[in-house]
Amino acid sequence: MADMPEGYPGEGFFATSLSSVVGLARKNSLWPMPFATSCCGIEFMATMASHYDLARFGAERLGFSPRQCDLLMVIGTIAKKMGPVVKQVYLQMAEPRWVMAVGACASSGGIFDSYSVLQGIDQVVPVDVYVPGCPPRPEAILDGFIRIQDLVGKESIRRRNSESYKELLQSYGIQ
Amino acid sequence: MPGITLSNETIKERLIAKFGDQLSHFEEPYGLLTFEAPKELNLKVLQFLFDDEELRFRFLTDLTAVHYPGQAGRELAVVYHLHNLVDNIRLRFKVFASIERPDIFTATQLYSSANWMERETYDFFGVNFVGHPNLKRILNVDEMDYFPLRKEYPLEEQTRVDKDDAMFGRGSSIGERAANGVAGRSPEAGPVETPRDPNEPRTPASGTPGSGPQKQDWNTDTTKV
Repeated sequence: MADMPEGYPGEGFFATSLSSVVGLARKNSLWPMPFATSCCGIEFMATMASHYDLARFGAERLGFSPRQCDLLMVIGTIAKKMGPVVKQVYLQMAEPRWVMAVGACASSGGIFDSYSVLQGIDQVVPVDVYVPGCPPRPEAILDGFIRIQDLVGKESIRRRNSESYKELLQSYGIQ
Repeated sequence: MPGITLSNETIKERLIAKFGDQLSHFEEPYGLLTFEAPKELNLKVLQFLFDDEELRFRFLTDLTAVHYPGQAGRELAVVYHLHNLVDNIRLRFKVFASIERPDIFTATQLYSSANWMERETYDFFGVNFVGHPNLKRILNVDEMDYFPLRKEYPLEEQTRVDKDDAMFGRGSSIGERAANGVAGRSPEAGPVETPRDPNEPRTPASGTPGSGPQKQDWNTDTTKV
């Protein structure tokens, strides 16, 4: 059961802000889009499987179409040539959308300090949560997911229309 | 011809009978016949090895290049690995070109597999395969403006600003990089801090890290193709 948001409870009614209700609904029904390219993807498979069971957090349904998903999980090394692909997948997602960089490579290029590897996916798309590890254990991926849930739950429904958010996207050349 | 198998000695004799002393540096490291040919002769040697009824080297196993920065005038070696599938015997030969004019005749007319491998060799070493039908980059990003496996370029990613060079093995190559006009950091300069806008939020909750000069200039909206 999800925790009740802050509000005014009474006999047969409950008053709270729209943002909290929307946030509550969104955070417990995230549809992740896995963009798994390497060994971190194996850990993610374990995260999805019965033992760790990402479904407990309302993410039972992985989408393999970005148009249906609201959480892009980039899991693994992204070569520079793959950079525009990550960006295109991000652009195909509808707002509101969140991004999680799983593992050292997606977060910073990791051990691949090399001419061919993108030094962190935050060079092409804005990232909400970084999960460290090489590869991170499923517990770490779950922790990252819980932090995403936290952001989603607390996000104001106006954030995506705000100037600062538009500036952020602008800085990535989006729109 | 049962009982008669092709030996390295036979191949060498046939090659010398055909090309005389134009071929040089015959060796057999680990039993693999290796020699060097002048770069103008590369196609003639390949064609001879391919057509000869006895030699039958009709499979191109590998084609790549090596950069020897110390050998003036013959910095780039293009290496061919050939395989005779009938007798299961391999050989390797090299041609050398100068880095100022790295022109080598293409082997695509003889081996279709050379198409991919020559593009790759061009991509990483800048060898210009004369006559190749489509000589352009194949593995690296198209915007790349240098040949990364030549030893004149640093291997490390140069757009990265958050690493302390002294701790990531970059210290030794600083002199070289300065000589090549690439900005290098001295190891005494201490750790690098990622430049941050003081107004930038520190938690991802209300903003996103990663803006700043390290961002790459991608062609952005690919959905409008």
